Amino acid sequence: MSAAPGASPPPPTAARDSGVEQASRFEAVIGLEVHVELNTATKMFCGCAIDFGGAPNVRTCPVCLGQPGSLPMINAKAVESAIRLGLALGCDIAPSSQFHRKNYFYPDMPKNYQISQYDVPICLGGELQVATAEGFRHVGITRVHMEEDTGKSLHVGTSGRIHGAEYSLVDYNRAGIPLLEVVSEPDLRSAEQARAYLAELRAIVLALGISDAKLEEGSMRCDANVSLRPVGHSVFGTRVEVKNMNSLRSLGRAIDYEVARQTDRLSSGQPVVQETRHWNEDSGTTSTLRAKEEVFDYRYFSDPDLVPVEPDSDWVQRLRAELVELPAARRNRYTAEHGLSPGTAALLQTSGLADRFDEAVAAGAVPADAAKWLTNEVAAWCNEHLIDSAGVPLSGAHLAELTRFVSDGTLSTKLAREVLEAVLAGEGSPGEVVAARGLAQISDTQALGAIVDTAIAQNPDAAQRVRDGNAKAIGALVGAVMRATKGQANPGLVNQLLQARLHQAGER
Amino acid sequence: MHPLVAADAAGLQRLLHAREASATEITRAHLDRIAETDQHVSAFIRTLDQSALDHAGDIDRRLSDGDDVGALAGLPLALKDILCMKGVETTCGSRMLQHYRPPYDATVVRRLREADAIVVGKANMDEFAMGSSCENSAFFPTRNPWDLQRVPGGSSGGSVAAVAANDVPLGIGTDTGGSVRQPAALCGVVGVKPTYGLVSRFGLIAFASSLDQVGPIARGVRDAALLLEVIAGHDPRDATSIPTEVPDLHTTLEAGVEGLRVGVVREFMGEGMSDGVRSVVTAAIDRLGALGAEVVDVSLPHAGYGVSAYYLIAPSECSSNLSRYDGVRYGLRVDGETTERMMASTREAGFGPEVKRRIMIGTYALSAGYYDAYYAQAQRVRTLIIRDYEAAYADCDVLVSPTSPTTAFKLGERAADPLAMYLSDVYTIPSNLAGAPALSLPVGLDDGGLPVGLQLMAPVLGEPVLFRAARALERELAIDSTPRGRGSLAEVAA
Repeated sequence: MSAAPGASPPPPTAARDSGVEQASRFEAVIGLEVHVELNTATKMFCGCAIDFGGAPNVRTCPVCLGQPGSLPMINAKAVESAIRLGLALGCDIAPSSQFHRKNYFYPDMPKNYQISQYDVPICLGGELQVATAEGFRHVGITRVHMEEDTGKSLHVGTSGRIHGAEYSLVDYNRAGIPLLEVVSEPDLRSAEQARAYLAELRAIVLALGISDAKLEEGSMRCDANVSLRPVGHSVFGTRVEVKNMNSLRSLGRAIDYEVARQTDRLSSGQPVVQETRHWNEDSGTTSTLRAKEEVFDYRYFSDPDLVPVEPDSDWVQRLRAELVELPAARRNRYTAEHGLSPGTAALLQTSGLADRFDEAVAAGAVPADAAKWLTNEVAAWCNEHLIDSAGVPLSGAHLAELTRFVSDGTLSTKLAREVLEAVLAGEGSPGEVVAARGLAQISDTQALGAIVDTAIAQNPDAAQRVRDGNAKAIGALVGAVMRATKGQANPGLVNQLLQARLHQAGER
Repeated sequence: MHPLVAADAAGLQRLLHAREASATEITRAHLDRIAETDQHVSAFIRTLDQSALDHAGDIDRRLSDGDDVGALAGLPLALKDILCMKGVETTCGSRMLQHYRPPYDATVVRRLREADAIVVGKANMDEFAMGSSCENSAFFPTRNPWDLQRVPGGSSGGSVAAVAANDVPLGIGTDTGGSVRQPAALCGVVGVKPTYGLVSRFGLIAFASSLDQVGPIARGVRDAALLLEVIAGHDPRDATSIPTEVPDLHTTLEAGVEGLRVGVVREFMGEGMSDGVRSVVTAAIDRLGALGAEVVDVSLPHAGYGVSAYYLIAPSECSSNLSRYDGVRYGLRVDGETTERMMASTREAGFGPEVKRRIMIGTYALSAGYYDAYYAQAQRVRTLIIRDYEAAYADCDVLVSPTSPTTAFKLGERAADPLAMYLSDVYTIPSNLAGAPALSLPVGLDDGGLPVGLQLMAPVLGEPVLFRAARALERELAIDSTPRGRGSLAEVAA
């Protein structure tokens, strides 16, 4: 039997009947190419600012517009970002790497070539550890290379695409923004693994602070190479590249769809065609974007306008020494040192609130309490207010204060939520909010004793039922006390006082 | 001829600073000269009379106020129309950029302005600097002031012809495979291809990026040195610019050649050279020996592959450099039904046949499956040529050869034979491949009365010894650089 599924003869009819059986005969082989838009102050090869919004073509200059005679200069900060990501992924940093020109005509590319790296990229051969349902998986990183982004075309006309447009407009504000392309080995085997890989890569990029890495906004973009092969085979099947997934969810959906589509084809004896396919979010399907025959010959050659990138080894050593704590190490620290569950540790990480957690713990918060408040209340508040978690207006010290109020009984959980809202709304520290709103929980036995006595006196029936052994009846008395204190009574203490008095009375 | 246009740059500076001539008088004299000669020579695509006179007036005011003026104050200059000048149409000799106004100044243009050189016009050139005769200009051919039926050489034919015709004392050209030196030889003036990276390429409209270099043109070695010292120097906008001090050319300029070892390149003295060029060049080399230089025979064994390697590397780079001319952002646009159609029609209409030929050759040479056999192989040849030079300079201070195998040829003579045209640059190309400096010095006339150039070559950043050797020979030969004889400019303009 031929090793390549595409060339396999059709499977016997009997084996084609059960879909479940069919699916299990093939293994998906997936590799991802991820583009990360860097958040450097200026573009890759010129001094234009990197920013978003504003009028078209305002952040351009002769260099990023490809004006005749203009020349590129390499942005050292972008090189630094590339090296830092390479170090974080365990790559070798090339002592000398080159920029090449990738030649093809497209109106949103000012020079009709893209300056990119080709056979001598800056980072080679790393690895990423990804947590999956089956445990940790090591995903090889083939390379990380630097390149420049293109402009954006706006096709005016009914189709919205270049074909059939009445006219097109081009905005070069994005042209020349530095990108890192991270290419994985084909080590992923499922949509879930691919999602986990992308999420982990994103967490690393965010930890390094080199990009805002927003899939939805395109500052992080992902293409997937998907092929199938019979389980147990080592030779790869025919590969299809899928583009246009702009969320973790759509990456997962697109891969699931593509695996199912290829399984169907192979199961019915049709070959998978090597091509580039476009993921359509609305229909939930992929469709042909470019056939193999339409693949460009990019005519790569070393860019004669630029010199090799040769990072000083001291510089690389310094960047290595200054590398921030990476997501995996941080999660390990949370589980090992702070006793958080792996799930909570991961949630803290993905919520983007891990820095707040560390600050709160440093300010004396019980780790489990701080984690609970962050992953529940604070994360929800960020979602609701569409605020990036990095910018949440809550200091670690405030969170520590809040959790202390709960644990020492100053605030009930319910009141603490109200205080948190107020703190997030900018009303001050938890202590200031409690004082200003008079929210401190009444935990004073003497003060509460009188209110409890009144409640018993005003609800003799309920009191009697409790004395008669109906434990649930105490609820009415607790409710009366809470009403009388506008909810500020410590519920545990109220209960304790009621029990003591009713028990005492019963004995009498 | 007006004495002010007969004078060289150094002479004009003396007159200016002695207040015997104003910058305005100097500029007017040269603009008048252009008005008289350019109907015959066609050196300029555009003259810049008003801005030139404005600049001259400003210099005169500063001189009378006792304020500082630049190192090239009041010196009229012809600028090859390949260097971007903000707001001034910069055509590169092409229909593609016929009405293109750059939004910025090339670094060389900025340095010239800061030195108070007066740019009197944009000089004609072969389209995108591709050619050796100036006949590939999209607009008109330029003529050789020594014989108006002959070509001035190219691609910097306009700047060179303007200097030879006494339109200007100084010219700026660019040299990718001989485009300054070959026309300088054919027009009897001094033309220099500096070390690659010595002069900024920022704002130089690229033909072949790894070979292009801006160079000075003048009627004498001293004037060329004066101009090179102004335009040379590190530019943070050009990654290939060498971070080095501007070489001091004047200190050793008059030091003579006694004790210098001068290598005669054996491979450049063989067949293919006209008898006239051979006898004039041989005589000039003998004079170097008579001046005390030690003349030795050297070999550049791989230099013979230079033209072949060049005609793969230069077109490959040009095929990519010129892909930006697509009608989308600037320059010519020919509308089409689709974007692709618009781009194709624009390029069809905007580029001339030689440019198209080189784009096709380069596109082919870089294609998958051919890259190793062509482009990569050519780069290996380039490395071998660099090593040849290194070996030669272990024994020699400078190398010499003819600049061009022939003197100026007739208009149209080689237009139908690109290979014959390409061979015009057989002696000049290897210096571009090696990134090393070379200079063409007029050393005499052939039997037909046409100028012959001697090429002097030096190692990378060896400009001081290059200029020193050229100046010694120039002083010895005392060549009269004024075009004369039958069919020359002298017959139609005084």
